[in-house]
Amino acid sequence: MNNNISDLPKKFKGLKHDFSSDQVTFKGVNWGKAMMWIFLVSDTFIFSCFLIAYMTVRGSTPIPWPNPSEVFALTIFGVHVPLLLIAIMTFVLITSSGTMALAVKFGYERNRKLCALFILLTAIGGIAFVGMQVFEWTKLIFHEGVRPWANPMGANQFGAIFFMVTGFHGTHVSIGVIFLLIYARKTWRGDFDTGKKGFFTSMRSDYLAIEILGLYWHFVDLVWVFIFAFFYLW
Amino acid sequence: MTNNIKKKVVNTHGLAVYLWIWTLLFVLSACSYAVDYFQFQGILRWSLILFFMFAKAGLIMAFFMHLFWERYALVNVLLWPMTAIVAFIFLMSAEAKYTVFTRLFYFVAGTG
Repeated sequence: MNNNISDLPKKFKGLKHDFSSDQVTFKGVNWGKAMMWIFLVSDTFIFSCFLIAYMTVRGSTPIPWPNPSEVFALTIFGVHVPLLLIAIMTFVLITSSGTMALAVKFGYERNRKLCALFILLTAIGGIAFVGMQVFEWTKLIFHEGVRPWANPMGANQFGAIFFMVTGFHGTHVSIGVIFLLIYARKTWRGDFDTGKKGFFTSMRSDYLAIEILGLYWHFVDLVWVFIFAFFYLW
Repeated sequence: MTNNIKKKVVNTHGLAVYLWIWTLLFVLSACSYAVDYFQFQGILRWSLILFFMFAKAGLIMAFFMHLFWERYALVNVLLWPMTAIVAFIFLMSAEAKYTVFTRLFYFVAGTG
């Protein structure tokens, strides 16, 4: 199937061809990859609901919304920098997305060592991100007294939305880090070269698994782009 | 093994593509941070935020998530459902305006 996929029609002619053909609609797409994409679409709707809830709540309160630029400012060596921690978190997550893209590329090339190394680098980026988020939450909860039901800076709903949206995103990052570490070990051990069966699924896997893992990780980065824009910058 | 590598290399994209997209994402992130750092306000702020956001999201989806290279059957199945979100945004923004109106009317104006 993979051999003749380049002979099939492309673009919208290809769309019509694929949907009107028998058996497989998504030509050349592994079922695991298709299922990951479908999961990501559903996850997109969950995060959209959160961000739309945020819009509704922020738009419907007559009390001023806290200024995120000031709430998340840091003072470094006596210099007051607005939104600094969030900017660093954004750069760390984009860096980890880049290393993941390279891990997927090296996976395609069946380059076992570089693939494992770049998955590990991605995991380290993810851990750094979650660590900074823990710092941010600690600062807000213990030093500034932000609670889901109240905060000293403005509209009460701020805390509820903040903890829900960043908490849900942080959970995604943490789950991603766990899987990155598992797959870094599997790749390094050479499971995808020897065809060793997975301990949980008892199925043989392939470097394709790295691409599927990569989709999830890029999605986590993608969601952060929207959270950064709407929650921190707006 | 060497055969395998040669066969697979056809499917991969050059290192340069990823490094370019990576650099662009860094630049765009720096730009969106600059929007806050220089405290742009009003329409300029919101349009810049949205522009940089969609540029970043587009680059990640197209190149890091490989949608640029996927067949249209997959791309269209993934992207069309997203338009429902736009409709939902308009609905809930109308709802928020109505809520804030009733709150101001009954809590503030209506008390007199």
